[in-house]
Amino acid sequence: MKPPPFEYFAPTTLDEALDYMADYGDEAKPLAGGQSLIPTMNFRLAQPEVLVDLNGLAELAYIRPAAGGVSIGAMTRQRSVERSPLVAEQTPLIHETMPYIAHPQIRNRGTFGGNLAHTDPASELPAVATALNARFRAQSRSGQRWLTADEFFVDLFTTALEPEELLVEIVIPPLPARTGYAFHEISRRHGDYALVGVAATVTLDDSGLCEAARLVYFSVGDKPVEAVQATAALAGQKLSAAAIDAAAEIAATQDIDPPGDIHASVAYRRHLAKVLARQVLAAATARAKQD
Amino acid sequence: MNTLHTITVTINGQAYEREVEPRLLLSDFIRHEIGLTGTHVGCEHGVCGACTILFDGEPVRSCIMFAVQANGHEIMTIEGLTPDASEENLHPLQASFREAHGLQCGFCTGGFLMTLLPFLKENPDPSEQDIREAISGNICRCTGYQHIVDAVKIAAAKMEGQ
Repeated sequence: MKPPPFEYFAPTTLDEALDYMADYGDEAKPLAGGQSLIPTMNFRLAQPEVLVDLNGLAELAYIRPAAGGVSIGAMTRQRSVERSPLVAEQTPLIHETMPYIAHPQIRNRGTFGGNLAHTDPASELPAVATALNARFRAQSRSGQRWLTADEFFVDLFTTALEPEELLVEIVIPPLPARTGYAFHEISRRHGDYALVGVAATVTLDDSGLCEAARLVYFSVGDKPVEAVQATAALAGQKLSAAAIDAAAEIAATQDIDPPGDIHASVAYRRHLAKVLARQVLAAATARAKQD
Repeated sequence: MNTLHTITVTINGQAYEREVEPRLLLSDFIRHEIGLTGTHVGCEHGVCGACTILFDGEPVRSCIMFAVQANGHEIMTIEGLTPDASEENLHPLQASFREAHGLQCGFCTGGFLMTLLPFLKENPDPSEQDIREAISGNICRCTGYQHIVDAVKIAAAKMEGQ
């Protein structure tokens, strides 16, 4: 349970960090909070030649207002996001999600950007970022580019980031008017990986019918899974208990194809997916009516 | 690969300068280099909480940090709770754990106390639910947690008067 040897660099500016990433390419791994990377190295499942420690980059630790939404620097600690009044005010879905991520000791060290770039299929934030149409700024020595959540999350533990690129900023746009949101997950113990989790947003039109809805699951596939057929069935509908129930059924039986393992069978995951969809859609609808 | 890095770390108020390999875990640095063995190592992958220390005042798991990352930072370990290590001067949190039988083998206790110290500062009058949430990242295989929860309630009452 001791990590293998590696070369260690601790840059103090982003430019310096990007130079290391460009120079070492595939051999280098960026070290953010390390709350997933270091356990993986302790198990020797990862043996990077070079670690570029980003913890000295104060310029990447910030939470700022951005055009009605919030801009979060990739090296912002999860605990800072959890405690931020700006996040609570402007993007309350993220505020409500943060306490579900592991334990306080982990969130004190783990970073917002590190969690997203790690793209664990059981992680909450990739699904929430997808539901909120977050945009991701990737930077390398040769320039920067913006990615949508769909573009950013590619596969199991895989993002669209090139070896020499770093995720530097995440922008969460504001929710449209008359929009409600909700998050829920089921795990065996508080702080464990969820068996199934889901984030939802619901936007109502002037007459109170469903204008648009998003329902994004995690822990049911290789990356965040959006229940597009379920939410398509809700468009233009009155969000009655029966309509929500029907959408939850579609989500659990048609939109997702969850794995079965020692923690939960396929049937149990589908059952949880349906129950959770019902709960979050109803909660998001109730909030949308008050918005 | 095995380049040594010189680091200066303040632990329990005292500055230490050492040369370390980058791969040396902070938990092993504290135990083997500095000789403070109150920080226990359980799972070594960030799950059990036995190695919890305060890093710049916040509880973190020392087994999933590298010692080299602590350069220039301030650490408090369980030894910092009762600097003279005397039984009469136990911290109220320690005294409460003894009083309520909040430990049996004691392996996990240091991690619990380091988690709870900042928690009680922020939450001087916590509910049972708050307490259970606060200790959710620390595993104890002896007590079944009830006596730990009791100990925290006693400690909160004791510390409120201070």
